[in-house]
Amino acid sequence: MTATLSTTPTASATPPTKPKKSGWRWLPYVGIAAIVVYCLAPFYWMLVSSLRRTNDIFDSAPVPSPFSTDSYTAAFAANNGFLRALGNSFLVAGTTTVLVLIIGILTAYALARLDFRFKNLVLAIIITTSMFPGISLLVPLLDLFSNIGWINTYQAMIVPSMSFALPLAVWNLTAFFRQMPVELEEAAQIDGCTPAQAFRKVILPLAAPGVFTTAIITFIASWNEFIIALSVVNKKELKTAPVITSQFTGTTQFDAPFGTQMAAGVIVTIPLVILVLLFQRRIVAGLTAGGVK
Amino acid sequence: MSTLIGAPVDPKPAKPVGRRQGVGKLAALLVSPTLLVLGIVVAYPIVSAIRLAFYQRKEGIDPETGVLETGNKFVGIDNFTDMFSGTTGARFLNALWNTTSFTIVAVGLEVILGVLMALVMHKAFKGRALVRASILVPWAVPTAIAGILWRWIFQADGVANDLLPGDPILWTTDGPQAWLAVVIADTWKTAPFIGLLVLAGLQVISNEVYEAAKLDGASPWKTFWSITLPLVKPTLMVAVLFRILDTLRMFDLPYTLIGPGKNSTDTVTILAFEEAVKFTKYGPASAYAIFLFVYVAVVAFVFVKLLGADVVGARTGRNR
Repeated sequence: MTATLSTTPTASATPPTKPKKSGWRWLPYVGIAAIVVYCLAPFYWMLVSSLRRTNDIFDSAPVPSPFSTDSYTAAFAANNGFLRALGNSFLVAGTTTVLVLIIGILTAYALARLDFRFKNLVLAIIITTSMFPGISLLVPLLDLFSNIGWINTYQAMIVPSMSFALPLAVWNLTAFFRQMPVELEEAAQIDGCTPAQAFRKVILPLAAPGVFTTAIITFIASWNEFIIALSVVNKKELKTAPVITSQFTGTTQFDAPFGTQMAAGVIVTIPLVILVLLFQRRIVAGLTAGGVK
Repeated sequence: MSTLIGAPVDPKPAKPVGRRQGVGKLAALLVSPTLLVLGIVVAYPIVSAIRLAFYQRKEGIDPETGVLETGNKFVGIDNFTDMFSGTTGARFLNALWNTTSFTIVAVGLEVILGVLMALVMHKAFKGRALVRASILVPWAVPTAIAGILWRWIFQADGVANDLLPGDPILWTTDGPQAWLAVVIADTWKTAPFIGLLVLAGLQVISNEVYEAAKLDGASPWKTFWSITLPLVKPTLMVAVLFRILDTLRMFDLPYTLIGPGKNSTDTVTILAFEEAVKFTKYGPASAYAIFLFVYVAVVAFVFVKLLGADVVGARTGRNR
């Protein structure tokens, strides 16, 4: 999988293009530039707008002048509770990721390596659950959480998040485990390891990159979760960063604090953009794992 | 193992090659935590939602005792019949139409743009790392934040109207332009992702196939339709299926970009969310949720049957 996505340009992979005009050869690069602009322009606009002064927020100049960090100061103003919200987001997304990985690794290993009855049924169940619309799970869970006093708790955000994070993680991990040669475990078992030992001492260290990739993808998915966090929590101290950002209010009812929202948006997105820049190759491999045979 | 994960798993340490015997037990142990969690957060809620959909919260005063009523009452299929009649019916059918039209138009646009992007990326060798990094940015931006960002872009005196000729359009007010704004924002966020998946599919096509087509004198257009497209179809179909399912439950984007309670952009999920969270009417909310659940299931079934998307054999990442 990783190999098919490598950046190494193989000359033989060139699809047939007829170099009639020399201008045509530049066409893909024009296309590339268009794609980059398409993807980055809105994000760039968020960044630029966040760096303007509140008074010239409606400027359309591509570079803010003068630069100002007012919006960032405003975003972190104590009455917004944005810093606390960032902490909540880290706590919820981090806990979800760790729990999902622990449970997901076990299941994925069984699905990838062990032959057992109902294996296909288990696979089918896991795929099917990932297709369920979140709202069908959320409404009854809201009812349940209000009955057991879970409204305004962290677990009320973490547990439902697992409904979409767990199938995603199991699928990615299964794909990674399947790529590893079976001979490794057999060799380990001949050397006297139990299947469990073979898994822990041989497979797991080798699968570390796959586990890491899955961790990143799961973390991003749970960091971006919105509807659950919006529904099960109404106390400001427990809201996650995306929820708090969407609920920023200006000084008056009609004054939408766009500068502050853009600054908060940049801060919520920056951790993810850094992850993406550092691990782009792995993330792409993870996202396409199982998508191509 | 047990020290690592805290589960009492230690199948017969004395027998090193006891594969056959222990496998079933071991598998059950390894798989059960996942099934347990999914049972709690998926199976139980679905069953519970079906039950809730037949109840309504009691409102008003008991005519016999004069006490304010609390609790729920069984109302049969009232919640479901309400979905198709009267004012609630009109709201629901409108939301259903929005959900469906968003899905058809947005996913259609995303597929066309995504395939184009993949073809471009496949042909260009330089700058591929740059493209890959930038393509992941829209994917990584939280959908709720993307909604706020596009709300800013689509302000009456925002940059979209600055770039467009003519009178400023009031994008974020109720109307067809709000619907279009949501489609544009959704396309921005997910077309690159489809491009990424299709690119992965393109890269496994053997080059010999293209050379053979070239020898036979096939035009680039013909090559695309007769070779490239059929060969990336399995990848594309799975991507499209998961995009369709994601769009059918769309919530974050219309909620933060336009806001709830708008005729032109309310989806079924927004409607159910409003009933449940704003009005704590779990009965009608569950009825909407169950309807959406069945709708999604039927669409997935038809899609898999008609177009043969091989879901079990292939699975893509997704985000909501």
